[in-house]
Amino acid sequence: MTQQPLKLKDDTRTALGMAAPALLGLLLFVALPFTLAAVLSFTNLRLGSPLPLEFSGFEQYRRIWLDPSFRRALLNNGIFALVVVPVQTAIALGLALLLNRPLRGMALFRTLFFMPVVFPMALVAVIWTIIYAPGANGMMNAFLEFFSFGLWEPKDFLHDPVLALPAIMLLSMWQGVGFQMVIILAGLQSVPMVLYEAAAIDGSNRWHQFRYVTLPLLRNSLIFVMLVTSILAFRLFDQVQIMTQGGPLDATTTVMYEAVKAAFTQQKMAKGAAMTVVFFLIVLAITILQRLLVKEERAIE
Amino acid sequence: MKSPGVDQNAAVAALAQQGHSSQVSHRRRQRLGMIGSYLLLTILALLFVAPILFMIVGSLKPDELVLSEAGSLKAFVPTQASLQNYRDVFERVEFGRFLFNSLFITGMIVLAGLVVNSLAGYAFARLHWPGRSIILAVVIALMILPIEAIAVPLFFQVTLLGWRNTYIAQIVPFIANAFSIYLFYTFFIDLPKELEEAARVDGAGTLRTFFEIIVPVSKPVFATVAILTFLTQWGYFLWPLMVTFDEQVRPLPVAIATFQTLPPVQWGDIMSFGVMMVAPILIVFLLFQRWFVEGVATTGTKG
Repeated sequence: MTQQPLKLKDDTRTALGMAAPALLGLLLFVALPFTLAAVLSFTNLRLGSPLPLEFSGFEQYRRIWLDPSFRRALLNNGIFALVVVPVQTAIALGLALLLNRPLRGMALFRTLFFMPVVFPMALVAVIWTIIYAPGANGMMNAFLEFFSFGLWEPKDFLHDPVLALPAIMLLSMWQGVGFQMVIILAGLQSVPMVLYEAAAIDGSNRWHQFRYVTLPLLRNSLIFVMLVTSILAFRLFDQVQIMTQGGPLDATTTVMYEAVKAAFTQQKMAKGAAMTVVFFLIVLAITILQRLLVKEERAIE
Repeated sequence: MKSPGVDQNAAVAALAQQGHSSQVSHRRRQRLGMIGSYLLLTILALLFVAPILFMIVGSLKPDELVLSEAGSLKAFVPTQASLQNYRDVFERVEFGRFLFNSLFITGMIVLAGLVVNSLAGYAFARLHWPGRSIILAVVIALMILPIEAIAVPLFFQVTLLGWRNTYIAQIVPFIANAFSIYLFYTFFIDLPKELEEAARVDGAGTLRTFFEIIVPVSKPVFATVAILTFLTQWGYFLWPLMVTFDEQVRPLPVAIATFQTLPPVQWGDIMSFGVMMVAPILIVFLLFQRWFVEGVATTGTKG
């Protein structure tokens, strides 16, 4: 919705002056690098390389596709998204439903669940590295041993090819679920009470109220938090860099980890750029999917 | 010994219960439900707080106890409390330097971002200029580009500019922000136009109108943008990891990752570092909690 702007003669010049700093910044540090990524990915650029710069077509894309680490990275990001997005959204929805009641002390609980969101991911990764310490004395090992009545054998989580990725998933959910919870809670609070009252008069039970009143009205909030979490799943980097360096045996490597490794550690700019483009296409696909889902609902209305 | 009064009361209660048995059991069920909710919430809250408590308590303990007591409930009890670990951190690294770097970089981005992005948001919302709608559409499209999508080429750009290992490389690229512009734009467009019309009749220019009339009534959006920017920038790790190679310009997230591997590895010291690193943002969060929560909720409705 655009309103009719105020009309004044000096508007154009003033407007350009006001918008110029921001637009220039976006042009130089967002649009330009993004275009550069697309262009570089079709060359052979490598910092400090004696070879002349050449156009190399889809060569970089062919290489990364044949790179087993990059394939594993795509798979890891995919698994991460497939597990974390539904689980984290379900937990966030559960917490929001628990908190969305006129009971005392809910503000305190909301604060506690939201608190990890303000923790920088680098710090979270460092704390959880200590929590995942190997041996029976490690906090996570002791916790699991206690609740499995001694059946749990102490594991070295971050060096275990099977457990390393789930370990990273758990701390990511711990850090992120409060963010989703707050958004869903805002959605819940915008559901008019009248609808629940009407449903109660119709004799519908709580499950029916949830299924036919709450869920449909939360639809856009849920789609939004799932979109953000899916994109975050593909942005995964900090935890991997700090906790596992992609290991053991590429079990926790990610698209961004491989891109940074290529561009930064190995100076292979073109290869890193190609991975960036793949990453962007995934983000774009997720975003388009979200827009379609939201549109479809509007069409039904 | 029963007093007749009590008997009578009990009888009345029994009668009442017969009459409204369904209502009473409903109320009882509600009560049980309430106790159940509190129980569940408390257990969940303990699980959520445990890692934070572990860090705070660990920061006060001698190093050997941090690991040896991590497997029992003693992990959450400061068994031999002292501030030695905090002293160690200051002795082993220049913590003050890292803290200053983080505060300076984040502060500059927030302040400059508020000015630059609000001006642009206003130009999009209220002024008439050619290309406005197309450029606005491009800005909205840029919103979906996360830092990761441009980190590699931006790194190349910064290398060419000779900006590596500087504050500039960590500040300038992040001042202009498409999402901030969009938040300002949607806020300004909903303001009543009468606000500015009166000022303009008085002959005030656009810029003066903006700073004297619009900014004072737009505190909520400035707070939201400031908080969201602060939250993202304070935690940035990937970018400073790539562009800095010197402690002089390194912010806290990269510093703690380096400190974690600095021999001899001392978990107590690392936890003290962590407490001091999160303290500023945690204090700001507890003081301005409402703004944080509303700011995050805004991303949900406007995103």
